[in-house]
Amino acid sequence: MSSPIAGLTRRSTLTAGALAAFASLLGSRLAFADDKMVMAEIKKLYGDKSLAEGKIKLDVPEIAENGLVVPVNVEVESPMTEADYVKAVHIYADGNPQPGIVSYSFTPACGKASAATRMRLAQTQNIVCVAEMSNGALHMAKANVKVTIGGCGG
Amino acid sequence: MRVGPARGQPPHLVDAEFRAHFKIAAGSADAFALTADDFVALAKTYGRMGGLDRVATLVKAVRAERGDDKVLLLDGGDTWQGSWSSLQTKGQDMVDVMSALKTDAMVGHWEFTLGAERVKEIAESAPFAFLAQNIRDREWNEPVFPPRKVFEKGGVKVAVIGQALPRTAIANPRWMFPDWEFGIREEEIQKQVDEARGEGAAVVVLLSHNGFDVDKKLASRVKGLDIILTAHTHDAMPGLIRVGETVLVGSGSHGKFVSRLDIAIKDGKLADIRFKLMPVFSDAIAPDAEMAALIAKVRAPYAADLAKEIGRTDSLLYRRGNFNGTFDDLICDAMLEQRDAEIALSPGFRWGGTLLPGDAITWEAITNATAMTYPNCYRNEMTGAQLKEILEDVADNIFHPDPYFQGGGDMVRIGGMGYAIDVGKPMGSRISGLTHLKSGQPIDAARKYVVAGWASVNEGTQGPPIWDVVRNHVAARKTVSIRPNDAVKVRGA
Repeated sequence: MSSPIAGLTRRSTLTAGALAAFASLLGSRLAFADDKMVMAEIKKLYGDKSLAEGKIKLDVPEIAENGLVVPVNVEVESPMTEADYVKAVHIYADGNPQPGIVSYSFTPACGKASAATRMRLAQTQNIVCVAEMSNGALHMAKANVKVTIGGCGG
Repeated sequence: MRVGPARGQPPHLVDAEFRAHFKIAAGSADAFALTADDFVALAKTYGRMGGLDRVATLVKAVRAERGDDKVLLLDGGDTWQGSWSSLQTKGQDMVDVMSALKTDAMVGHWEFTLGAERVKEIAESAPFAFLAQNIRDREWNEPVFPPRKVFEKGGVKVAVIGQALPRTAIANPRWMFPDWEFGIREEEIQKQVDEARGEGAAVVVLLSHNGFDVDKKLASRVKGLDIILTAHTHDAMPGLIRVGETVLVGSGSHGKFVSRLDIAIKDGKLADIRFKLMPVFSDAIAPDAEMAALIAKVRAPYAADLAKEIGRTDSLLYRRGNFNGTFDDLICDAMLEQRDAEIALSPGFRWGGTLLPGDAITWEAITNATAMTYPNCYRNEMTGAQLKEILEDVADNIFHPDPYFQGGGDMVRIGGMGYAIDVGKPMGSRISGLTHLKSGQPIDAARKYVVAGWASVNEGTQGPPIWDVVRNHVAARKTVSIRPNDAVKVRGA
């Protein structure tokens, strides 16, 4: 569902017509997270362990319909047995003031490692998902969500 | 105009290149219907296009030829909006005529700007199916409309999966349908296809308001779709476009064409498709009397207003350029003058009729280009930096190399300001050289400019409806002339 986007720029959720309100926002922009901050958060939890691709299905919209409540669904492939299960799933956003969105813990009793929530995104950015397996292996997936002003399709 | 893999491919061909690709003779009726050069001269030869009374004649002829039980009539949407009478009747006029045409199923986009409640009301009572696999209730993520319907035609099961414009909640005011979420939902389409095949469908059709490029990408990723009937981007193509096992059909817009597909089934599978994009030449096709009477009836309460001449035009007034159109120039001029603004913004809509030089500008002509449910013409201040940001954002919506990030429509039209665009560059660096046309000065990023615009997606936008702004301008001018517009310099195409 997601594809990488070239040439990211810092974006804001401005909407044509509400620009008077927007002008005051511009002046007080917070410092936003970036890719490095996300990697630092992951490092805090897992040190320098390598992050493998695969196993994670990260479902986010290509374009957010409402930056205030962007749906995110994540599902990690696993038999979820005592011997082999997903221990934790962490979701980060690299363009928000704080990169951490949510962390989930799982046990084999969960049956499957899937979760869904909604997040607030200030601008077009990458969503990063890290899954920790019971054997200590780490997996990572990344998807870009575009936050746009819209209003001109027709 | 497109970048990336779509560049130079149909439907992104115009005029001589389009005619060469589809083997159409210059100056022919098809050239008039499908390309733009020599338009005024050809329009005088071939007359107008469209009219549901003419469409009815064509549809009835096909039904008579093939048998009623073997014909499936599908509508790609944007049907209940775009005229004064549809605005006044909340789409009822179009629902009535499309019901009389015995439409089997449709999908939506502008329909949703009538508001969630009204759309549900029509969908639940109309004789045709209103399909949308990709609209979900925000709270429970449940489908709001039936995702598909299976029709039995000539002993063959035909599954029709409906796809609403995936970007409706971005392109149009979300507050009009606050509980709904859209999106492409590619994997869900695959499930619909697989389920339909499981139910014994010999033909699986996606009736889609995705837009052509999105459908083309989708066809390469979803397996088992026989036919995609494309809409939204208004592309009319006289040939089928094949992607793997799927054929894509582009039927144009404004009722100017009816696509006829004759399908042969062998051993429960699609064996052959014959396709004809039938142009609806209003002067060559006799109107169907029943439909003509029904149209006259639904228009009757508004007929006198619609016919009122507000002024005349010296220029060809049309909508569809990638960056501007003369009808949009007229709307921008009206906003600059009537709202006393330095800069005007007008959305890149693709709907609205064309007027020839010398034509009357009637109330109908003005409202054909403006009638909608969020028409307020705001007057606001924006900084130069904000104006650039808007242009960058809209340009990315059109020129993103990945169709799944495109929203359809054309570039926002600007009055009073020029700019350069390099469509091949990434977001944030496409737009440069913003110039205030009246003074010839570069736009100052920090300065505030008085900006007028309409069709804001924000709730509670203040200002007169755009049709009154345009009417007052046309009435004051009496005859409008649109100067050639070279305010947008395009590179990278």
